[in-house]
Amino acid sequence: MLGKTAASLFWMSRYLERVENSARFIDAGFRISLTRSASASDEWSSVLKSSGVIAAYRKKHDDFASAKVIDFLLRDRDNESSVMAVMKKARDSARTARTALTREVWEATNESWMTLKATMAKPVKEQDLPETLGLIRQQSALVRGATLGTMLRNDGFNFLRLGSFVERADSTARILDVKYYLLLPSVALIGSSVDNVQWETILRSVSAHRSFRWLNGTDISAQAVADYLILHKQMPRSLTFCYAKISDNLNYLDENYGRESASGELAQEICNDILSRPIEAIFESGLHEYISDFIAANNRLAAQIEMDFNFQDRIG
Amino acid sequence: MLGNGDHVRPAYQDYKDWLDGEDVKRLHRKSAEAEAFFRKTGITFNVYGQDEADERLIPFDVVPRVLSAREWRKLSKGIEQRVRAINAFLYDIYHRQEILRAGRVPIELIANNAAFLPQMIGVNPPGGIYTHIIGTDIVRTGDEEFYVLEDNARTPSGVSYMLENRETMLQMFPELFAKIKVQEVSNYPGQLRRSLAACAPQKCEGKPVVAVLTPGIHNSAYFEHSFLADQMGVELVEGHDLKIVDGRVAMRTTEGYTAIDVLYRRIDDDYLDPLNFEPHSMLGVPGIFDVYRSGGITIANAPGTGIADDKALYSYMPDIVEFYTGEKPLLENVPTWRCSEKDELAYVLEHLEELVVKEVHGSGGYGMLVGPAASKKEVAAFRAKLIDNASNYIAQPTLALSTVPIFTKKGLSPRHVDLRPFVLVSPNGISITPGGLTRVAMTKGSLVVNSSQGGGTKDTWVLEE
Repeated sequence: MLGKTAASLFWMSRYLERVENSARFIDAGFRISLTRSASASDEWSSVLKSSGVIAAYRKKHDDFASAKVIDFLLRDRDNESSVMAVMKKARDSARTARTALTREVWEATNESWMTLKATMAKPVKEQDLPETLGLIRQQSALVRGATLGTMLRNDGFNFLRLGSFVERADSTARILDVKYYLLLPSVALIGSSVDNVQWETILRSVSAHRSFRWLNGTDISAQAVADYLILHKQMPRSLTFCYAKISDNLNYLDENYGRESASGELAQEICNDILSRPIEAIFESGLHEYISDFIAANNRLAAQIEMDFNFQDRIG
Repeated sequence: MLGNGDHVRPAYQDYKDWLDGEDVKRLHRKSAEAEAFFRKTGITFNVYGQDEADERLIPFDVVPRVLSAREWRKLSKGIEQRVRAINAFLYDIYHRQEILRAGRVPIELIANNAAFLPQMIGVNPPGGIYTHIIGTDIVRTGDEEFYVLEDNARTPSGVSYMLENRETMLQMFPELFAKIKVQEVSNYPGQLRRSLAACAPQKCEGKPVVAVLTPGIHNSAYFEHSFLADQMGVELVEGHDLKIVDGRVAMRTTEGYTAIDVLYRRIDDDYLDPLNFEPHSMLGVPGIFDVYRSGGITIANAPGTGIADDKALYSYMPDIVEFYTGEKPLLENVPTWRCSEKDELAYVLEHLEELVVKEVHGSGGYGMLVGPAASKKEVAAFRAKLIDNASNYIAQPTLALSTVPIFTKKGLSPRHVDLRPFVLVSPNGISITPGGLTRVAMTKGSLVVNSSQGGGTKDTWVLEE
């Protein structure tokens, strides 16, 4: 497979994952703005931070009015990371990798782009927002379904999966990074309704508020939330889950290509060093530092994958 | 569909019987379905210079264009003869130039022509083949009269539409194909791959590695490039995927560099190699031409083939066919006035309102004047351009092009069409896919069928014997 094709597949699924995560962030922020208007600005500001676009937003707007934030995140042309801009990049990547995709995956991606483009041709009214966000999640599910249902389990499939999980791990870590102070024991007054709502927002941003309750009942604690998002093996957006998948897919690639790659080794290292610590130890050594370390390690892995599989031409 | 006089051409009889029994509403619904299908599949083309509507659909018409087996035999014989002559001409023009010595083609026409590549002189392309893939544009003016309009010997496009049009028709009207036996087109990609592989260069070891070279996703024909690579099961590469490794052109894969034997390039000569041609090109591969000359890669079509389909040479095609085949041309050329010649220019200026005037190097229907359809002002403006740079133009009569019905909101209505059959050339012979791409002028009375000018397409049927 061409290095460029591998890169396009990797990025296509990163972008699609990003689109879906943005929809979740917006959903969580929107909920807060409806139910607790006093803290809406804070919430929108942290949504913009988690999405990495706070600086671009500040250049354009002075306040965090819901309508402005929503439009900026969904479709503003000044925002390179808007849902529409990222969806366009996903579709361009899919076109570049067209020959490595099944007709079903390509058509699902193309239709997602067409559908979202039509839906977001004009600013989305607040009353239509839940429906629009639902549509984004539904379109992502269609592409994922087509991928799982029709793609040959070859190297191309592995690059698609790697892109999804590297992006997802990054996204979950960013939420934790932006909200870490809410999870610190000194701030967390167990049982206080303020923090319950905040924690619930964190869980909602990763669509885990219900699954968390199935597993923990109503016993919400900061440590339990962090444990769930970082270490839980069955929670599909936890860092540990993502890395299990990343390791698997790198192993398949190594097997397929008959060699051992540096990225496979690095992923293993991240599993052993960072993701094997108990949650108590993580809190003891500092949640914030821990998350920062993880984000940096995840970025290093992405760069290593790019190197190992010749995404670009290296001089020399 | 109607022949000379008003009888239904025999080839259309079965289709017409079927159509007469069809519900118009169903056809309208099918027509809308086809459009949704094309959009979903991404069978679009990009239009240069139009930012917003950057991807457009080529209108597809549900009424097929039908040719009988006999008509097709006649056409394909004529095309084969012409293609053989073109390859012989190219070999000659880049070697001994006998045709120039014989005075059958004026030397200035070659020497001063941007499509002539002096770098190709003395180069022997693998298998002696210059143009591997050709799309000959044909128009019909009567029951037995076919003319060749253009030879498209460099990088003809449209074959993906031929294939997708048939797929679409099969999906929409399966019962029609059960009733009427139509010759297959779906084996084209397989034939293309075999045909390219048969032209592998000396340095090829083992099974030839074929790849398609595209300028990228923003090119107007990107859909076709990816379609062909996909259907052939070969890699679709861009210039930045390639570099010269150990005297071969190699593509960067996830496991390192792999040599390519045959490159079906869909970029123009100028952009192929910044070291040997246009120095600012970002699309090509520095040094590929040197590898080519040393027998390290086959480039299809060969660099420099454009000299054969240059509009300035078009009027010499009957001589070229005769010179190399020793036979009378089976297909006619459209009478052509060369504006470079004084007497002919005078005639053209006098009859501008009746003629089609084309730029010698233009393509895609840009920069041409269709006299009968142009306003007085347009004719005047064109006259000025023509006088200013006469040798840049040729002129042809507006032919009484045959029409084929299309399905409009108000029912069937006649439109002018042309036909582009696709020809493959390899050392194993010449093969022509039955039918080709029928392009249709969607506006009533219009003669311009180019998709960049709003033209549409139809499925093209060649009936079984």
